[in-house]
Amino acid sequence: MAGPRTLFDKIWDAHLVDQQADGTCLIFIDRHLVHEVTSPQAFDGLRNTGRKVRRPDLTLCVPDHNVPTENRDKGIEEEESRIQVDALTRNCEEFGLTLFGMDDIRQGICHVIGPEQGFTLPGVTMVCGDSHTATHGAFGSLAFGIGTSEVEHVLATQTLIQTKAKNMLVKVEGALPVGITAKDMILAIIGKIGTAGGTGCVIEYAGEAIRNLDMAGRMTVCNMSIEGGARAGLIAPDETTFEYLKGRPMSPKGATWEAAEAYWKTLPSDPGAKYDIEVVLNARDITPMVTWGTSPEDVVAITGAVPDPAKIADEGKRKKMERSLAYMGLKPGMAMQDVKIDKMFIGSCTNSRIEDLRAAAVVAKGRKVAGHVQALVVPGSGLVKEQAESEGLDKIFTDAGFEWRDAGCSMCLAMNNDRLKPGERAASTSNRNFEGRQGPGGRTHLLSPAMAAAAAIKGHLADVREFDA
Amino acid sequence: MEKFNSLSGVAAPLPMVNIDTDMIIPARFLKSIKRDGFGPSLFYTLRYDEQGKERPEFILNQAAYRKASILVTGTNFGCGSSREHAPWALDNFGIRCVIAPDFADIFYNNAFKNGMLLIRLPQEQIDLLTKDAENGANATFTVDLTAQEITRPDGGKIKFDIDPFKKHCLLNGLDDIGLTLQKDTKIGSYEEKMTVAQPWLSAVR
Repeated sequence: MAGPRTLFDKIWDAHLVDQQADGTCLIFIDRHLVHEVTSPQAFDGLRNTGRKVRRPDLTLCVPDHNVPTENRDKGIEEEESRIQVDALTRNCEEFGLTLFGMDDIRQGICHVIGPEQGFTLPGVTMVCGDSHTATHGAFGSLAFGIGTSEVEHVLATQTLIQTKAKNMLVKVEGALPVGITAKDMILAIIGKIGTAGGTGCVIEYAGEAIRNLDMAGRMTVCNMSIEGGARAGLIAPDETTFEYLKGRPMSPKGATWEAAEAYWKTLPSDPGAKYDIEVVLNARDITPMVTWGTSPEDVVAITGAVPDPAKIADEGKRKKMERSLAYMGLKPGMAMQDVKIDKMFIGSCTNSRIEDLRAAAVVAKGRKVAGHVQALVVPGSGLVKEQAESEGLDKIFTDAGFEWRDAGCSMCLAMNNDRLKPGERAASTSNRNFEGRQGPGGRTHLLSPAMAAAAAIKGHLADVREFDA
Repeated sequence: MEKFNSLSGVAAPLPMVNIDTDMIIPARFLKSIKRDGFGPSLFYTLRYDEQGKERPEFILNQAAYRKASILVTGTNFGCGSSREHAPWALDNFGIRCVIAPDFADIFYNNAFKNGMLLIRLPQEQIDLLTKDAENGANATFTVDLTAQEITRPDGGKIKFDIDPFKKHCLLNGLDDIGLTLQKDTKIGSYEEKMTVAQPWLSAVR
């Protein structure tokens, strides 16, 4: 038996099917989520070679990237989007796979529905043709994004060829101040390690502030691991995890649950386990964060100002900052709270869960969206939407002038009709502020759901701590 | 998969850091259900203006680089999404080799699955190659995978490292799935073992 192992080491070891002399490994994949954008070419590959899906029982399919978030009953207006969604439906029929179609209440963003259904479990390996698959690491599942060739590989063999990543530990010590959320925490982490800080690594998040998060918060943190360069993020499973999973439709039941839980309790990293890289943050130093630029590492406190490229010594970084500020239409030294917005988006696999909507509703309640702002609230799944409506959140939002939509990826990547026009600026709870991400020429400021609601009401970026509940 | 052995061609310099997959190909061009036809959308925003007309200043729009098959670029190339449309767009355009200080993990894997070679080199060597590449149509590099060597336009050589398994697959144009299916018995016995040991893993429907 080797020495003390990390959570990542344990999951890796348990899934090793084969290891070649050169270190290349074949690992088994327990859970495969499939959506309409990155799968059609993979299914074509299977058809062309006469291969089948090896384990339909481990595969769950859902359309999310392209789906409209209003007037669903009319179907998908745009032809190309409709073709992609229809192709997924046909592929599921042909290969015998479970599909949560557009008219199914369980439909939603794949990274929201996996946990919601109990498809996501601790200790499993999980993949999807989507980089935000890291979300599921919140459950202590080794979950990462793959490309379409690998989607085909998993469909055909239920395995992947991999080399083992490095272990990285990000520890957030102390308790988060009141009003500071998981989104602020992960933005602060990315600001510290940089957008390539986790390249080649699996990040394990630990420490008091992580431990204190609910599952939605943990998912928000793990979700953006890829924005820090890491393919996967992990949080050790504990009572909070088990509590969340118990009774979910696909969670184990009865004696099987007992056996599973006993196994899951063996997963946390052993005392003395070694990490290749360790980073420590103090939760007390974290404030509400926003991004100013076109990379998720371009973060600043809401009380801060747009940075000045003249103060950057490194030429490459200075050029990048100049380009970002020109794209964003911002001047160095401008207070972040003076940045006016045109649109607000609450949604995406980062922040569209019931807890996110509740946090935004607290700010929205009894207030009005600024006259010049269009504000979209897009629940992560049909079930999240249903839950929110049963709590009256939809009414709070619509009374305040927010639009209440149907579930999907929506304006996070603007593959449906929800998008920014050139030059428009959004306060967005999504995960990427890349150039053109939310529409060609669109400008994105990433922030938490409560901060997004505050910005919608003020009409400019604002400090949510100045709002009374 | 297409074999990659040796490649001689024009190298285009694109000295920007953190070129993300949305820059390589914006999401609105991902709606095809085919693997080809993405070449015209490559670097869309950098390459075309708001009216869809070519920006003459963009490197791949310049006469000398329109047939570039090698790209020399900045660190963290391909960061962001897992879309394999990013390497498909490069490949469809004709770029078969990208040289940078580092690449994002998922993009790196995806490119190799399409028979493309990605080379990591220290920044100082990238700076040299970028200068070489700025010499337009004279900037022909030869990339020899077997020898793990780039020959610069002046005949100078630069060695590079590569994972031996990735090299083996590229040189032989091997299909990953075919290779893995040769291990079918091992996969089968793993499944049997786990179905007993961790029954909650199977048949989730």
